[in-house]
Amino acid sequence: MDLAYSPEQLAFRQEVRQWIQDAMPAPIRAKAEGGGHFEHEEQMEWHRILFRKGWVAPHWPKEVGGTGWDIGRRHIFGEELVRANAPQLSPFGLTMVGPLLIQFGTPEQKQRFLPRILSGEEVWCQGYSEPNAGSDLASLQLRAEKDGTDYVLNGQKTWTTYAQYADWIFLLARTDASGKKQEGITFILADVKHTPGITVKPFLTTGGTYAFSETWFQNARVPQTNRVGPENGGWTMAKALLAHERTGIGGIAESKRWLQLCKRIARETPVGEGSLFDDRSFRERIARLEMRLRSLELLQLRTLAAAQVGRAPGPESSILKLVGTEIQQESTELCMDAMGHDALGWLDSPPEVLPAIEQGVASSFNYLRAATIYGGSNEIQRNIIAKQILRLPTL
Amino acid sequence: MNFDLSEEQQILVDSVAKFVANDSPVERFRKLRDTERGWDPSVWARMGEFGWLGVAYPEEQGGFGGRFVDLALILEQLGRGLVPEPIVPSVVLAGGLLSKLGSDAQRERFLAPMIEGRTSLALAYAERQSRFTPHDCRTRAERRGAGWVLSGEKTWVLNGHAADQLVIVARTAGDPLDREGLSLFVVDGDAPGLERIRVPGMDGQRSALVRLRRVEVGAERLLGPAGAARPHLEWALDRAAAAACAEGQGEIQELFDRTVAYLKQRVQFGVPIGSFQALQHRAADMYAETELCRSTMILAAIAADYEDADERQAEISAAKLQLSRGGWFVQENAIQLFGGIGVTDEQDEGLFFKRLRVLQGLFGDADWHVARYQGLRGFASEA
Repeated sequence: MDLAYSPEQLAFRQEVRQWIQDAMPAPIRAKAEGGGHFEHEEQMEWHRILFRKGWVAPHWPKEVGGTGWDIGRRHIFGEELVRANAPQLSPFGLTMVGPLLIQFGTPEQKQRFLPRILSGEEVWCQGYSEPNAGSDLASLQLRAEKDGTDYVLNGQKTWTTYAQYADWIFLLARTDASGKKQEGITFILADVKHTPGITVKPFLTTGGTYAFSETWFQNARVPQTNRVGPENGGWTMAKALLAHERTGIGGIAESKRWLQLCKRIARETPVGEGSLFDDRSFRERIARLEMRLRSLELLQLRTLAAAQVGRAPGPESSILKLVGTEIQQESTELCMDAMGHDALGWLDSPPEVLPAIEQGVASSFNYLRAATIYGGSNEIQRNIIAKQILRLPTL
Repeated sequence: MNFDLSEEQQILVDSVAKFVANDSPVERFRKLRDTERGWDPSVWARMGEFGWLGVAYPEEQGGFGGRFVDLALILEQLGRGLVPEPIVPSVVLAGGLLSKLGSDAQRERFLAPMIEGRTSLALAYAERQSRFTPHDCRTRAERRGAGWVLSGEKTWVLNGHAADQLVIVARTAGDPLDREGLSLFVVDGDAPGLERIRVPGMDGQRSALVRLRRVEVGAERLLGPAGAARPHLEWALDRAAAAACAEGQGEIQELFDRTVAYLKQRVQFGVPIGSFQALQHRAADMYAETELCRSTMILAAIAADYEDADERQAEISAAKLQLSRGGWFVQENAIQLFGGIGVTDEQDEGLFFKRLRVLQGLFGDADWHVARYQGLRGFASEA
């Protein structure tokens, strides 16, 4: 057991820190320094900058465009991105469908999709949930019927995060309704932008943004070569991908960023002669959450270290999702509390009332209510732990 | 970065686990908790023979040159059987200070026999008013000729009732709350003027109230330079906190495993209670906390060897908070899920519950570690 960084890793940290400082364009840097609330285009601009450096997919194998870094380097890299308040990259291509294609895709699929995920040329979204298939995902109804060399898709997906920006969607479709409901599902890739019959309609969320969409499929034709894994074998794909998703969904980096912001707001909020930061009970709330986050970070490192020696992220990743999303929510709640009256403001409030660093807080606080719901609600995570890890009996 | 056990560590863990299963199951602790001493010198001697007591000391001091992690792994396994022999007071606290500050002669005389399991030690640091602040010390040592005279009172001296030698924290300069001016003295358990009152702990282990009435010691009993003990004392107490996390991990894991087994076996309403979703979700949360405790236990054990005191203290504080909060979540729910039998003395789970609660309160409780962490983690300077 060893957690110490080697001299090479420490030198690497300096290299990364310097590079981020040099590579970050001035407008992004200004936003990052102001607390950071980035638009999709800014996210993609940063994606392309990381891609040109070869650092966009640290967790991918080197042969397919990853970095080949060890756990220590990957962790350092992540820490430095947070430290610099850099824009978060969209996870759907890089951490969800990408690793799945690496594991299960055909050579043609890998060649077709992976380079464009890396370059950011194609943006992805996820088509799992349906109006009647949320926590009970396996009861999904969207049909895929074979017709010649195509599948014909009919039905509806919902909560497709950022579908309005996406070029491609990976989705689960019903290919057989006869047997056990998990057994008739197939994993399919579809071109959102160019397939007739696919319509995307974004929802306005309580966060004041259009994060989620409804996606409709009316006789939408996609070639069968867009299937990943065997027909009716999609449930295995779905679970593997969700395990990948959950390791990232804990949002440890995001929570660090929120706690950083919370400290900053507390220091800049005058109370009496000093600042809110002088208030012992408030400082303690931040400290307790930061210490809990440290525990979770160590657990993530354990999970990553296991993955490094070939153990795929399994049901343990449910803990990262479960605890991580709770910490994400609590850290934005703390920011709201730190803001006092300012927390009542909303997007586009005048800066005299709502300082730039506070602009995105209320929106994110509201949006992050979804964190304990998406990616498999936290209740579902508890079911997974109880059944798959603890092997508790079923009723 | 690597969380896996080395081959040597795995062998060590297996051998301690085997010892607990064969020679020291919870029944042994049950018998010992009603005795005067609370632990067994013949088992202590065996631990010395096994090399466990010297595992983390340098080879030139009679140890095995291992790291603190190796000792932590031993403690974790011992925790699963509630093994009561006084490793933390002897090896981590008093022994740690002797190893770090002792002269060759002092180490030869006091440390070597302990490593061999022939003697045991204690560190007397706490006082009635001090809570967890080690420099809050009213016990005084005054010069007398070449030696010293010690006067004062120490509470909650772990293994103080049985120790052959006690390392006493006494003030040789300054006022009671000064950070500096502390010194360490090695005092024989039967020294004239030293009174030890045995105090039974709620966990079935023993400590002592120690009164020093003009206890005279020679110059050779001063451990390290006079007046400069505080950072070393904090170092030893940090390592004891890390040790508490390690032992506590064994108890948390044991309680958790027993609870999951019980959920599968206990039938109510015609089905195992573990099939109820409300209890499954509780068990899932307990699992999460158990794994978080394991993560920070490893962190604390590794941080125990850090050179940088601030880094060491911040990481160990984070781990101790997790033991106190996450561990508490596991233990209180374990008792709840066992139902009424969980609060009977004949059921082992209550023994684990009590030992954990004691470990949570030793070497700084949750509030104390949260307060310390804030001071260390640059809450004021970070931007």
